[in-house]
Amino acid sequence: MDRLPVRKTYKLWIGGAFVRSESGRSDTVGVFNIPRGSRKDVRDAVAAARRAAEPWAKRTAYNRGQILYRAAEALESRRAQLIAVLTDAGSDSSQAEAEVDAAVDVLLHYAGWTDKLQGVLGAINPVAAPFLSFSLPEPTGVVGVVAPDAPALLGLVAEVSPALAAGNTVVAILSESRPLAGLDLAEVLGVSDIPGGVVNLLSGRRGELVPALGAHRDLNAIVDASGEPALGTELDKLAAETIKRTSHHAAASSYELAVEDSLERLAAVTELKTAWHPVGA
Amino acid sequence: MSRQLAHVDRVGVEERAAALGARSIKTTAKQQGIRLAVSMLDLTTLEGADTAGKVRQLCAKAVCPAPAMPEIPSVAAICVYPALVTVAREALAGSGVKTASVATGFPAGQVSLEAKLRDTEDAVAAGADEIDMVISREAFLAGDDLRVMREVSRIKDACGDAHLKVILETAELGSYDHVRHASMLAMEAGADFIKTSTGKAASGATPGVCLVMLEAIRDYLDRSGRIVGFKAAGGVSTSKAALHRLVMVKETLGDDWLTPERFRIGASSVLNDLLMQYAKTESGRYGRSEDFSRE
Amino acid sequence: MSVEPRASIVWDYAPSPEATDHLRLSERYGLFIDGAFCEPAQARYEPTINPATEETITEVAWAGPQDVQRAIETARAAQPRWAALPDRERGKYLFRIARLIQERARELAVVETLDGGKPLRESRDVDIPLAAAHFFHYAGWADKLRYGMVARDVAALGVVGQIVPWNFPLLMAAWKLAPALACGNTAILKPAETTPLTALLLAEICQEAELPAGVVSILPGDGAVGAALVRSPGLDKIAFTGSTAVGREIQTELAGRGVELTLELGGKSANIVFEDAALDQAVEGIVNGIFFNQGHVCCAGSRLLIQESVHDELIAKLWTRMGRLRIGDPLDKNTDVGAINSAEQLERIETLVAAGEEEGATRRSVACSLPERGYWFAPTLFTEVSPAHRIAEEEIFGPVVSVLSFRTQAEAIEKANNSRYGLAAGIWTDKGAKAFEVAAALRAGVVWQNTYNHFDPTAAFGGYKESGFGREGGSAGLRPYLKVVR
Repeated sequence: MDRLPVRKTYKLWIGGAFVRSESGRSDTVGVFNIPRGSRKDVRDAVAAARRAAEPWAKRTAYNRGQILYRAAEALESRRAQLIAVLTDAGSDSSQAEAEVDAAVDVLLHYAGWTDKLQGVLGAINPVAAPFLSFSLPEPTGVVGVVAPDAPALLGLVAEVSPALAAGNTVVAILSESRPLAGLDLAEVLGVSDIPGGVVNLLSGRRGELVPALGAHRDLNAIVDASGEPALGTELDKLAAETIKRTSHHAAASSYELAVEDSLERLAAVTELKTAWHPVGA
Repeated sequence: MSRQLAHVDRVGVEERAAALGARSIKTTAKQQGIRLAVSMLDLTTLEGADTAGKVRQLCAKAVCPAPAMPEIPSVAAICVYPALVTVAREALAGSGVKTASVATGFPAGQVSLEAKLRDTEDAVAAGADEIDMVISREAFLAGDDLRVMREVSRIKDACGDAHLKVILETAELGSYDHVRHASMLAMEAGADFIKTSTGKAASGATPGVCLVMLEAIRDYLDRSGRIVGFKAAGGVSTSKAALHRLVMVKETLGDDWLTPERFRIGASSVLNDLLMQYAKTESGRYGRSEDFSRE
Repeated sequence: MSVEPRASIVWDYAPSPEATDHLRLSERYGLFIDGAFCEPAQARYEPTINPATEETITEVAWAGPQDVQRAIETARAAQPRWAALPDRERGKYLFRIARLIQERARELAVVETLDGGKPLRESRDVDIPLAAAHFFHYAGWADKLRYGMVARDVAALGVVGQIVPWNFPLLMAAWKLAPALACGNTAILKPAETTPLTALLLAEICQEAELPAGVVSILPGDGAVGAALVRSPGLDKIAFTGSTAVGREIQTELAGRGVELTLELGGKSANIVFEDAALDQAVEGIVNGIFFNQGHVCCAGSRLLIQESVHDELIAKLWTRMGRLRIGDPLDKNTDVGAINSAEQLERIETLVAAGEEEGATRRSVACSLPERGYWFAPTLFTEVSPAHRIAEEEIFGPVVSVLSFRTQAEAIEKANNSRYGLAAGIWTDKGAKAFEVAAALRAGVVWQNTYNHFDPTAAFGGYKESGFGREGGSAGLRPYLKVVR
């Protein structure tokens, strides 16, 4: 008799832990069971992201860069596995290879932004008064990401990476129809140096999770790459309740598309703080 | 023990002092302010070339600054070197104008304490009503606060009934933190007045220095209950500058301080400008310096 | 010296009102559309009143829906030509406007004070010079846009609708128009209902500067005009400065429409005084933070956080200083605190102050004789305030400061950040390292150390959290008016 394979049980990634949905529900994708996240899972994920936000933001830019570089290395090391996941989900093998390679390169690209953003978006303000005035970008806080269906992996990485590079923590809702690449990405990042709670990845029904995320009062920004106009409009309305920053992107289908507006993507999840310090004792 | 400074923010002090300079003093307020400023003047001559004749002329001006404008009051005091106190006192007899004398090795103060005491005693013996001493900047800048205070305290004893004004010579202190600290030392040691400058240094009673010293006086009063006066000396040469100092006193210490018993302006050339501006408020005509006597 | 002073002379400043005889206000102002003043489609004129006297200054046309539509059409028609001008020529128009503001500075200051109630000292020394400076700053940007966007090719967004508040009428118009025009947009500005006059004088200045018709339109009116702009399908961007409640409505209205939006909203900014602060200068900063412009300042330092060890001493100093504020005729050059902008705003202040008393905070208001007519509120200090009190949470937008105490730096940061808002903050300390650390920890768009309410066209301004998004000033102020071209 052939050896019976040990099937993988996919889990949500919340606060650095791999957990089942608190609702106890699951869906089937191919032969795998995947958790069907709930509103309470969203709540838990945002809470975890909030806890992780300040320590993550306080790390030096160099250190955050190092962590993201290592995450890119981890992603590269799982190249074959991720290609297989994408192929199983319907991509042809050259497409799948290109997507995984691009995902690695995009992550690497944004890892390199951590210690350059301040210099590019910041300014010393030559004010007409005896003060040292400067404006510096700071992370907005907790960023919600709605990942596209395709490309499931690259589209996700293209939205999560700028948020992380800018010093935010992330709660991402994975593609409803193709969640496996995202759940596998969780396992990759889970063994990198990314601290628990900095990235939280949830699978489940978009119609259930996305409104719960958009309505969460402790979220600072929403990045929507769902490509669904109605969902985007709903998110905009929910965002207005607490004046969240919103941006809508077409799914990034190549490395070039994911990085050509990198500064705009970073700025969308960044605040600018102007400080005035007196010169004269 | 290391010195504990109470901090002053330079940018903030100068901004506030400048804002007070923007008060608009017009019409009756200007007339009243000018008369008030004249009554607070310590009309000063402190030159090597001072003679009895010069001092007598100045005293005549002090008693009646503008014969054509009888509502202009006498100044508060004449301020001279100790050697000329007798001359001034005689010239001012019966006028109500006080005789003030600088002492203590003015302006540098780089003589022994014994010499400072002797200087003071001489001036008092000659009839000075007020003594303007200098603090030892040498001791202050070396961090010897105790010596600074001891000197003030000894001079105060030597003054007897004469009132003691303590000159900080703020231009030599280097920072507002030091100005405030030196103000406190002088007040703690018994100063009746604290005074900005000798008039011999690079700068004098700048708006910022005045504000810092006025705030120190207010804080000292809150803490100790003792009233100390303020004298702005050096660099106050226009009516506008004099009125600016009055505004600072009014808005920092309050109306109670708008009296010669608590506030003085030490100057010489400012008097004629005050008179000229006063005449302008009366006549509506801009004036010329030739219309006012020079001593 | 003598302990008993002789009877002190009470010397006070004589009234020193700024002259108004140089004003050349019209008896009635139309809308400014297509480079000309015009009648509104449906004749509606409303008086604009002086809040210090309740007297009518002049009448101003209010725009209706048809006027909004026409303004958008002319702005749309004018935009391609405006954007296609050589950059340096666009810049020169802005230079002209800046110069004309300087040339008419005195008139603008007096009108600002008449229409809004703010002290002349402020309109003369702050509002008008800063408005001119803002136009100068962005005039210089017009031919350097790529450098502001880090060497990217950029283009104007198109037609922008701009809605400004009543607290800094001309200055906010300058903050909105200068960057928009520098970037090649055309703009429709809606001044606030109670303070339309300086915007209309700015329309005259646009004419004097020979600004092409349709580049700037000015549509006075109430919230209905703003709402019409927001609902109109013809705009590419809305820029709004005002309350968080209205900002929320605008953001909701624009949902899904792809219209760019920047919001500069309310605040409840913390002004934090540490025990090592220069206390006398802190007092000045507190006064400037909350009594500047009667507290009608979105970034006003309305939550005063004082370290317990210096609480009583600082409050004593502050109270003494408050007693020296000169309240009254805004046109008097010595007035420190002027009139409340409107009856409606006065009522809001009174309501919240009453709530503060009911909730048990201790109220002290400066005893001063207020004019019988007009809208006035005496500078007010609340002590023993708890973080849960309404006066500690809600924006009062008046001359009312709420004092909370703290014990440690960590507690100060926590309390300062404990707000839905995040516009500004002040830090008072003599210790540089502490100032930098606390400034970094505060979730606020502007942090002032040892100063407050300082503005500059080169320094970005805007909020975190529910205080809005987008920045005005400096190169950051270009970003909301440009798109990257690939």
